[in-house]
Amino acid sequence: MSTDAEQIEESELHRRPAAEGGEHGAHPTEIFYIKIAIILAVVTGVEVGLYYTDFGEALTNGMLLVLAAAKFVMVAAYFMHLKFDNRILRRLFTTGFILASLCYVAYLVTLGVFI
Amino acid sequence: MTAVAHEEHDAHAGAAGHGGHGHVTNTGLSNEKLAMWAFLGSECLLFGALISTYFLYRGRSQVGPYPDDVFDIPYTSVSSFVLLMSSLTMVLALAAIQRGDERRLRVWLVATALLGASFIAGQVYEFTSFIREGLTLKTNLFGSSFFVLTGFHGVHVTLGIIMLLSLWTLSLRGKLGQEKSEVVEIAGLYWHFVDVVWIVIFTVIYLIPTPSGPGG
Repeated sequence: MSTDAEQIEESELHRRPAAEGGEHGAHPTEIFYIKIAIILAVVTGVEVGLYYTDFGEALTNGMLLVLAAAKFVMVAAYFMHLKFDNRILRRLFTTGFILASLCYVAYLVTLGVFI
Repeated sequence: MTAVAHEEHDAHAGAAGHGGHGHVTNTGLSNEKLAMWAFLGSECLLFGALISTYFLYRGRSQVGPYPDDVFDIPYTSVSSFVLLMSSLTMVLALAAIQRGDERRLRVWLVATALLGASFIAGQVYEFTSFIREGLTLKTNLFGSSFFVLTGFHGVHVTLGIIMLLSLWTLSLRGKLGQEKSEVVEIAGLYWHFVDVVWIVIFTVIYLIPTPSGPGG
């Protein structure tokens, strides 16, 4: 999915004048946002389709988690503008999110949830 | 050293740039926007705790109904689609105010609020049908963790709708011009965050199957 998104980004991004840079180095066009939404809808459809198929529990669950992560990243990067905003925000959110995730995974492993 | 130099450059450019607040801060970012991101970080911890609790209790209910007995995946999929599309209308509202189109701003804000309200209506219907099937907050571990997690999310969506309608009212009164686009951007950050939380909930709670049967 990220490849599709990158291709769209290359073709659709509308660069703003330098005076409007800084916090927002670049802003996508409305068409770009619509294309991202279509990709998100298609990925959601694929997720629901996977729910009804039987590729084995581990593989299906793994694919569902990867697709959810892809949707999460696309919304955060493009709709929340993390990809275009000041890198301080990107680092703040990414670092906090990864640390929180690791903390909770460690907590659940300690309590034997994934074992 | 180079990275630091880049960061400083970004920070200074940011201070001069966007948002219309005009004051310079140490980070080059507006304090309001930074505060919203910090708040969203704390929200990650809140929802992380609630999702972890669901995982901790997953498959440990001694009595039914179990997830497979009550979940209606096609119905929830439509709700998820509605919330995803509300993120699109929200970002279109931001694009509208950034180019000074206040009429379209109001259209997209109302569209986002309506989509959010549809999602909440769907959640109320879902909760009602679960209760009718015998699953309440006190029935079993699944009921407790499910209602607390999705209920908290629903409250967040409701607060977002109130925020959107407040912005719509401000715009109608002519108090939300292009120079205040950052207000819409900050509300949008909250709305998109609520959406990404649902992306996680939809997958880990609804789509990933839970072992069923007694103790399952």
